[in-house]
Amino acid sequence: MKMEVQWLLWTVFSILVFRFAFALWSTGRALAPCLSKRPFCTLIVLGSGGHTAEMLDLVSMLNHERYSPRCYVAALTDNMSLSKAQRLEESFIPQAAANHKARYLQIYRSREVGQSYLTSMVTTTIGMAHGLWIVFRIRPDIILCNGPGTCLPICIAGFLLKILSFKWVVMVYIESIARVRKLSLTGLLLYKLCLMDQFFVQWPKLKNKFPRAQYVDRLM
Amino acid sequence: MERDSTRGYVFVTVGTTSFDALVRIADSRACREALLSRGYSSVVFQIGRGSYIPQKSTGDEDSLKTNYFTFAPSLADFIKNAALIISHAGSGSIFEALRAGRPLVVVANDALMDNHQMELAEELAESKYLFCASPGTLVNTITTMDLSSLIRYPASTPLAVVQALDQFLGFSNQ
Repeated sequence: MKMEVQWLLWTVFSILVFRFAFALWSTGRALAPCLSKRPFCTLIVLGSGGHTAEMLDLVSMLNHERYSPRCYVAALTDNMSLSKAQRLEESFIPQAAANHKARYLQIYRSREVGQSYLTSMVTTTIGMAHGLWIVFRIRPDIILCNGPGTCLPICIAGFLLKILSFKWVVMVYIESIARVRKLSLTGLLLYKLCLMDQFFVQWPKLKNKFPRAQYVDRLM
Repeated sequence: MERDSTRGYVFVTVGTTSFDALVRIADSRACREALLSRGYSSVVFQIGRGSYIPQKSTGDEDSLKTNYFTFAPSLADFIKNAALIISHAGSGSIFEALRAGRPLVVVANDALMDNHQMELAEELAESKYLFCASPGTLVNTITTMDLSSLIRYPASTPLAVVQALDQFLGFSNQ
């Protein structure tokens, strides 16, 4: 009995390792054309203030039929981002919005500004678990984020979804226009971890420092 | 970019933040005198969540006409008609002013812990799209700035990112 359990565990482990390697290797490769005939369920991570403004600017430029349905996620303590997203959605062509209703979710913030590291460990775990719950429930086709700490648990969850299931989640990061010479902490982490399929920066200096990033002009 | 003394006003904006240091220094006597000496005749403060209230004034020969408000649904009209904009370093405010083609002085809030806002302001100042200052150097900047040295900020192509994304996902672009 013990041998069989061991054998089973090793098999599962090997599969996971293989899936992990495969996911890393496939990250960044353009999608097969056959996958793009249908609309993409889009998960949009909103941070406070400037992050939200930039992200909503970007969302307003997307083709709303292709990137649909849209699900917005903001931190629990963020009062304004989701209502701004709602106002944006209401301004879209009514028939496009009617087909796929947008959703608005809140996630436990992993760490508040100035929070002690000890309690942060607990809240980060909760935030991570909540991120997993949200991503595994929504099962988005694409995750869009631009830098708030809120996007870390979401992106890690998205990557886990890639490994643990056959769902291919396209992960897209757009660094804020305010980041000219240095990446934000979140951006740096995500860049180093090679988790994102597409990593956009808005200044050529950043592209020089981080060659795997893409620079295709500024959003503003 | 011409120095505009007979039309328009100086627009001081802090966006959605609280930036008393900027409002206070812009409202100071030294700054008012500097603005007057450069030919401006009135100033409008948008003070956001700040607690420092500037002195309203109808203005006469020797003083700046002054008005203020906290928030407005859109600052576009204030920005469009301003002869000079003095703004906090938020990227939204900066680019709104730049796109409107108005002369701009950006003031970074050195009380903010992680002052990455300076990166953006400095980069744009280096390219001569705007002037950069701190609350402590604002008066000097106003006194010595050469508005004719400013270059108009070139329009960007925001759709470039969207197109790159569409292409990656395999959507064909019409």
